[in-house]
Amino acid sequence: MKPPSGAQPLLELRGLRKSFGASEVVRGVDLAVVPRELVFVIGPSGSGKSTLLRMCNRLEEPSAGEIWFEGQNILAPGTDLNAVRRRIGMVFQSFNLYPHLNARDNVALALIHVLKQPREEAHARAVESLRKVGLGDRGEAKPAELSGGQQQRVAIARALALEPAIVLFDEPTSALDPELVGSVLAVLRELRSAGMTMMVVSHEMGFARGAADRVVFMESGRILADGPPETIFGAGAPQRIREFVASVEHR
Amino acid sequence: MEALISGFFNLQILTEAAPYLAQGLAMTLMLSLVAVPLGLAGGLALALASTSRSRLLRWSAVVYTDLFRAFPPLVLLLFVAFGLPFLGFKPPAFIAVAIAFLLNTSSYYGEILRAGIESVPGGQHEAARATGLGRWQSLRYVIVPQAVRNVVPDLISNTLEVVKLTSIASVVALPELLYTARQVQSVTYNASPVIAAGLIYLVLLWPLVRLLSRYERQAVSIR
Amino acid sequence: MQGLIDTFFNIAVMAQYLPKVLEGMVITVLLAIAVVLTGLALGFVLAVVRSAGLRVVNVLIVLFADVFRAVPPLVILITIYFALPTVGLRFTGFESAWIGLSLVLAAFAEEVIWAGILSVPRGQWEAARSSGLGFAQAMRLVILPQALRLTIAPLTSRAIVITKNTALASVVAVGEILYQAQAAYSFSYNPSPLTLGAIAYLVLFIPLVWLGRWVETRFAWKR
Repeated sequence: MKPPSGAQPLLELRGLRKSFGASEVVRGVDLAVVPRELVFVIGPSGSGKSTLLRMCNRLEEPSAGEIWFEGQNILAPGTDLNAVRRRIGMVFQSFNLYPHLNARDNVALALIHVLKQPREEAHARAVESLRKVGLGDRGEAKPAELSGGQQQRVAIARALALEPAIVLFDEPTSALDPELVGSVLAVLRELRSAGMTMMVVSHEMGFARGAADRVVFMESGRILADGPPETIFGAGAPQRIREFVASVEHR
Repeated sequence: MEALISGFFNLQILTEAAPYLAQGLAMTLMLSLVAVPLGLAGGLALALASTSRSRLLRWSAVVYTDLFRAFPPLVLLLFVAFGLPFLGFKPPAFIAVAIAFLLNTSSYYGEILRAGIESVPGGQHEAARATGLGRWQSLRYVIVPQAVRNVVPDLISNTLEVVKLTSIASVVALPELLYTARQVQSVTYNASPVIAAGLIYLVLLWPLVRLLSRYERQAVSIR
Repeated sequence: MQGLIDTFFNIAVMAQYLPKVLEGMVITVLLAIAVVLTGLALGFVLAVVRSAGLRVVNVLIVLFADVFRAVPPLVILITIYFALPTVGLRFTGFESAWIGLSLVLAAFAEEVIWAGILSVPRGQWEAARSSGLGFAQAMRLVILPQALRLTIAPLTSRAIVITKNTALASVVAVGEILYQAQAAYSFSYNPSPLTLGAIAYLVLFIPLVWLGRWVETRFAWKR
């Protein structure tokens, strides 16, 4: 997999491995993401794609390999992990909004305590962030009062507010009712047009076809294919991948 | 270090004290074996009373429970132990202690069981009545079994408390474990018996404490 | 009937010893507040330390919690006041009661708060740390607010139980209510002071029982 010529990778994974006890879940993955790219990672469950994603901000610690982000090896001892995590945003399958805070405070929390912004400024930015995901007027609402799609959009606003260099999405729509998925995908599309670098683990094939710059297919801890959507979804794609795509879209 | 061992873990004194401590332990166990069933029975009666249709019964149950949960057990014990003789009864120490314990523990068990009964969905009672079971039958075969199952951790926790509570009987000279330990201590001027008593309680109750820890974690997450 | 009143509710005797009992109430309240503050604080610190995940420290914390939940409070008080002097550590009655009851409350509080912390979904940690918050920040801003909501009810009821245990301090010569009442009883050979003491306790603790019940219902199903 070669990055588009000339572009320097923002995030580069080299020979990444992860074992849980005796079972090796990620078996030597090389992957590079250049700025403004939307990389889509697909594959059967158990293929290690979520684990791979979670290693990128060290929520899971790799067993072997290197991760280079913005030119530095973030696995090196002495790395300021909190500083790195300010630059890498993460959106989770189960949203993980803070239930005891309203939407605005969910978004503003890191602004105040990580970026050390004054309260008013943080609140203003938070509301602006919410506006970008279409929820500017719901700042006062607690997570429990919002639908799943709205909660996920707040989660995205929360990740965006820190103005990260890249946002990681771990199956962002898998926990949503079908009719709410569209609203979240719309936000992803907008982010892409605005030039945000994104890595998305997901089953949303239609979205991948239309919006992804690159699609990566993983199985059993390895990358089997990595290229523009046509190479994965087109007629020339390997048998295994075509089977997988068909089985998912059949749902 | 030397002083610690001879002061707290003096083998010679402990060997001499062992038979007395054993008797004390037996008394502690006997007291527990009396207090727990009595308390449970009383508690069940209270819990059932609090579900009664009679407002008087419900109200009495609440007053009783609040009263004996507010009363420190040691105070209650002394009240019973010193007060009864003035009323003309001169019961042996064990009976006085048992009475005080009954009053105290039944209010705690009662509160736990009442909460347990309330936690059983109302639909259970309706379903039981719909199949023709009478009120008492529904309570006995459907509600109470579920109620108890729901509050097992709290029941265990309270039982643990009751066994620990037996130590206050030492204040009225009932020869349970703590009393015997203190007796030996005052005679030998050595604290080893008391330390040993503490260790015996620890060994006796540690499994319950571990069990309770596990339950507590589940309970908090379910809440 | 008259005899009963003369014995247990003798106004003259009660009036005579009322000042002493009132003094005792002050001590009871002071001791209770001191114990609750230090006990909860220590339990809180231990629970937070435990979540940092250092294995050796955690084993010690669990050991501490198990010991102080398995051994009866009275045994602990007596050990501190009567046994420790034999190895050179001398504490006053009040200090012994304060230390002993605080340690007991801390042990229970640590377990409850720990269970609360555990029950906060892992995703909350991940979301907080993913946005660059440090361990302490994540704890303070995200985890603890959620954990503590679940623990308020059990903590309140534990704290109330411990405040009633202040009566045990009378055994180590602390001049709280029971001590004064007992002294008055032995001087006057009339149990009315004991009744007075009982009333004093009820005045202090029935509101606490109501508070506990209110807290229980208010926070019961809040998630």
